[in-house]
Amino acid sequence: MTPSRSTPVADRAPARPAPAGAGAPVGRPSFWTTRRRDRLTGYLFIAPQLAGTVLFVLIPLGLVFWYSLHEWNVLADEFTFTGGENYAKLAADPNLPGVLRATGLFSAGLVVLNLALALFLAVLLNQKLRGTTFFRVLFFSPVVVSLVAWTIVWQFMLQDNGGVNGLLATVGVDGPNWLRSDGTAMISVIVVQVFKNVGLNMVLFLAALQGVPQELYEAARVDGASRWRTFWRITMPLISPTVLLTSIITVVGSLQVFAQIAILTQGGPGTSTTVLVYYLYQQAFQFHAFGYGSTLSVLLFAIVLALTVVQWQLRKRWVHHEN
Amino acid sequence: MRTKVWLYGVLLVLCVPFVFPTWWMVTSSLKPNADIFAFPPALWPDDPSWSAWGQVFDMQPFAQQYWNSAYIALVVTLGTLAVSALAGYAFARVRFPGQNALFLVVLTGLLIPSEVTIVPLFRMFNSWGMVDTHWPLILVPIFGAPSVLATFIMRQFFITLPGELEEAARMDGLGRPAIFWRIAVPLAKPALGAVSIFTFLHSWNLYLEPIVFVQSQEKFTLPQALTQFVDVYQGPLWNVQLSAASMTAIPVLIVFVIAQRQFIEGLAHTGLKG
Repeated sequence: MTPSRSTPVADRAPARPAPAGAGAPVGRPSFWTTRRRDRLTGYLFIAPQLAGTVLFVLIPLGLVFWYSLHEWNVLADEFTFTGGENYAKLAADPNLPGVLRATGLFSAGLVVLNLALALFLAVLLNQKLRGTTFFRVLFFSPVVVSLVAWTIVWQFMLQDNGGVNGLLATVGVDGPNWLRSDGTAMISVIVVQVFKNVGLNMVLFLAALQGVPQELYEAARVDGASRWRTFWRITMPLISPTVLLTSIITVVGSLQVFAQIAILTQGGPGTSTTVLVYYLYQQAFQFHAFGYGSTLSVLLFAIVLALTVVQWQLRKRWVHHEN
Repeated sequence: MRTKVWLYGVLLVLCVPFVFPTWWMVTSSLKPNADIFAFPPALWPDDPSWSAWGQVFDMQPFAQQYWNSAYIALVVTLGTLAVSALAGYAFARVRFPGQNALFLVVLTGLLIPSEVTIVPLFRMFNSWGMVDTHWPLILVPIFGAPSVLATFIMRQFFITLPGELEEAARMDGLGRPAIFWRIAVPLAKPALGAVSIFTFLHSWNLYLEPIVFVQSQEKFTLPQALTQFVDVYQGPLWNVQLSAASMTAIPVLIVFVIAQRQFIEGLAHTGLKG
């Protein structure tokens, strides 16, 4: 990253009195050395973020583990310690294989389609063409459309008699009931989400592609390498840090999918689109099983953690480092 | 030349799934509910009518809900900017004992999305009497996982600032807070811009948290309200729902089109690098 252009901001500012040093008491200059004051400022600056992380992230995470060891029915207001019982229930849950399968299918489908399309669009927009800015704006625009609004429109279009099947019918194809059929519900949910957010990965890839030095391409052309070979041997290795970063963001994001499922399919048909977060929501907030819901949260956390560790290891293995 | 024609052709076809939904949303909202599934599909309504747009406000306190979403997103954005700029600056430029360990503690927030902690968060806010208020929708994003990402981005940015600037300011007798406010923050505008955009969109899109924490209709946020335009049989009133969706989407789209360069390049170059 290049350091930003330094503007002489400090010089331009009118001589306003500087804000007082952070909590420096007057009259004891011997104790409050510059270094001590600096340290205090550091702690004060990070205090809101640190306190917030502890209160709204770390303590709740500890509580999730604690709750998962309890039988907790909110309606009956019963909270009893049951040890590993929820985990035994989890292992025996007849819905669990279906839920894990849906979660895996959704994440894998989303990541593959999203990254492939994002890379394809970025390569297209990286050509020397007029009007690429215009297309870039169009491809990016769903990112700023409200998620629920976007999902509702697609729900509308994917109805049995909706816009998608209407368009298909004009060319003589009889489309399925996308959101209500076993074979198409999952792919529909994935596609809706891909079009929503692929623009974000596209611009990240585009920035990475523009960072590849032109001399390398010219050298490859002199050596007579084909476009395909140039792409795999030069472009891909050089943009691999961005590919890894976007894949981490996309995978972790895919595990958090909720609104799309809740609106488009409610987890159905059957449990074919019941991903883990949706199942967790059903158990905790529809069936009021907070204890078992917390157990599912622990499972979700374990999956996120495991995937992050795996991706971090991959980074060491095959990502090209510039330094 | 022929390759160019091909490229434009591919780009135009690829545009359809990105642009058609927004077009279809707006044009369908102008159709009467009876025509909404008419075949063949009409790309422009025969007799456009704004009546469904009016019905949005009759069925729900939509203006109030709009205000709820807007002010929550604004407060969350400002709060996140303050928290993440301060913490990002301190982690990048100030030296204090325990710095690296504390940074790791904060970074764990990235691994723990609020979906994982939603049950205890509900319990906590319930015991504070804050269920069915907007507090959870404000506090959790400002201090939780989303702001951790913002802090990380701000730290990566502040690390790149040249140290001589601060040295010179120190010679002039400026203290740390003054250096932060008068030198570092003005230079960090691109990073602050990127953080603002994704924080605003994150808050604007929240769905799980509102439906868990907020129960009364006049306190709903937009995503929650959008799904509630149904008839007595719980079937969606499509034209009304699409009108509300259009009203939700269009203002942000307009801002985006006007400031598209800052949006896209800000996110691409400052947002997620390093």
